[in-house]
Amino acid sequence: MSPLIDAHAHFLHAGCGRTDWRDVNAARFRAGAKMGITCHVASVLGSYGFTSPTYFPSPADVTAGNDAMLALCAEHGALVRMMVTVNPNHTGHALAELERCVAQGAIGVKLLASRRADDPLLDPICDFAAKHHLPVLHHIWQHRTRHWHNQEISDGADLAVLARRHPTVHFILAHIGGGGDYRHTFGAVRDVPNILPDISGSGVDRGMLDGALKAVGAQRLLFATDLTMETGLAKLRALEPTGLVSASDIEDIRWRNCVRIFRDGAFALS
Amino acid sequence: MSRFPVDPSVFVGPYPFRDVPHPEPEYLLRVMEREGIAHAWVGHLSAPFERETTRCNAELLALLAPHRALLSPAPAINPDVVGWERELAAAIDAGAPAIRTYPPHWGLTPEHIGLHALALAAGERNCPLVLTVRFEDLRQRDARDTAGDLIPQVVRTLARLAPAVRLIVCAAGKDFIEEVHWGLTPEEQRRVIWDISWIWGPPEDHLAKLFRTLGSERFVFGSAWPLRLVQSPVANLELLPDELTHAPLANPSSHAD
Repeated sequence: MSPLIDAHAHFLHAGCGRTDWRDVNAARFRAGAKMGITCHVASVLGSYGFTSPTYFPSPADVTAGNDAMLALCAEHGALVRMMVTVNPNHTGHALAELERCVAQGAIGVKLLASRRADDPLLDPICDFAAKHHLPVLHHIWQHRTRHWHNQEISDGADLAVLARRHPTVHFILAHIGGGGDYRHTFGAVRDVPNILPDISGSGVDRGMLDGALKAVGAQRLLFATDLTMETGLAKLRALEPTGLVSASDIEDIRWRNCVRIFRDGAFALS
Repeated sequence: MSRFPVDPSVFVGPYPFRDVPHPEPEYLLRVMEREGIAHAWVGHLSAPFERETTRCNAELLALLAPHRALLSPAPAINPDVVGWERELAAAIDAGAPAIRTYPPHWGLTPEHIGLHALALAAGERNCPLVLTVRFEDLRQRDARDTAGDLIPQVVRTLARLAPAVRLIVCAAGKDFIEEVHWGLTPEEQRRVIWDISWIWGPPEDHLAKLFRTLGSERFVFGSAWPLRLVQSPVANLELLPDELTHAPLANPSSHAD
């Protein structure tokens, strides 16, 4: 079986206020093994709302979460790779976290919904990402038509503004199945080649993959699971029946696109 | 060898708010063969969005007529429309193993007398009533789609009506299921079975948790085709923890007994 890289995963930790956090992490590894996931590219989102909001994590929670993520990487070796979570409202802290975690092996940046994607406060983070060849995974609401509580939501059009400002950075557009109108997203990012949508999210609408493939092509889609691994596996299996992909295209989505956008040696591929 | 005896959460026909690929019986049959689904109880995807369902039910019967060995009609009945009893009788005469109703789309509250009468009348005829919590994620719905989700109070109220009532609830999530199940007596609980089409798998493992707390026999395979990928509930079952991999599901046909 060929490699399978999950480009959008999360782990919990002791500071997130859930007594079952170990069980959830173990379930990700259990299901990942059944699915054949060879690398979980993951982040920890602060305290997941326990001591500061998930999408607006405090600097202390950001650091604690990144520490937990570094520990997971150390424990699991090549099976886990780290995206550094930062809150761009705290520029100095964000840049320090990037320096600290990249020095310890982190391979990308995770941005939540602490600031709209086109906000200038994201520029120093993206400059750092460009300098260190770090893809940026950005939480996305598929077509924002109103405000939602607890998030400064961005959609594909907002991310496209940022991506055009930083054409050498690869942006991973989070979870096309994660809620909202993915059809809007496809149109918004079609002509922005440094945006790569990931296929995660609990949504498994028939027609979603077809639309994504027609809009951006197989060379810009990434396999991912986020919070629901069964839907990731389902979408992986549904690629071939769309009739829009070759066997080689599926390999691109499974792992080759990830290898292409992350720095050399980011993944241990046998 | 089919893995799943009946999928009660299947539709044909167009969906009003987005283009759904190939919502035709012939395409459905190919998907069922590929995924190991022996039989489907099929509704008409336009019916919830029309107040009077006679046209959709007639079209449903016509669409399924060449395929009745594998596809059974589950027509929609709106008990707020005068004469619904005739529509129910016609459905049963046509061999429907179940019927559907859509309280949010037709403005039926949990106290609606016609809704109660429909649940009782169907139950007396050994005909399960299929309720659908949602067709799409609330966050992606078209601005014109204002019906909202089915609320748990409807299920609890109907389940409490009488021993004959049989409900199959599709597209519910863990919180909805738990709220209803633990709000019923053990006998009332047995009147309700749930499809797994919208229950999260790992890493949160909602399906595994529900199998452990409610019992897998309270659940049936369901896909929500053609709106959603059939591969999703199949994958969900495959990714269960090893001790639950062979947990038996209910057969919707048995729920009618």
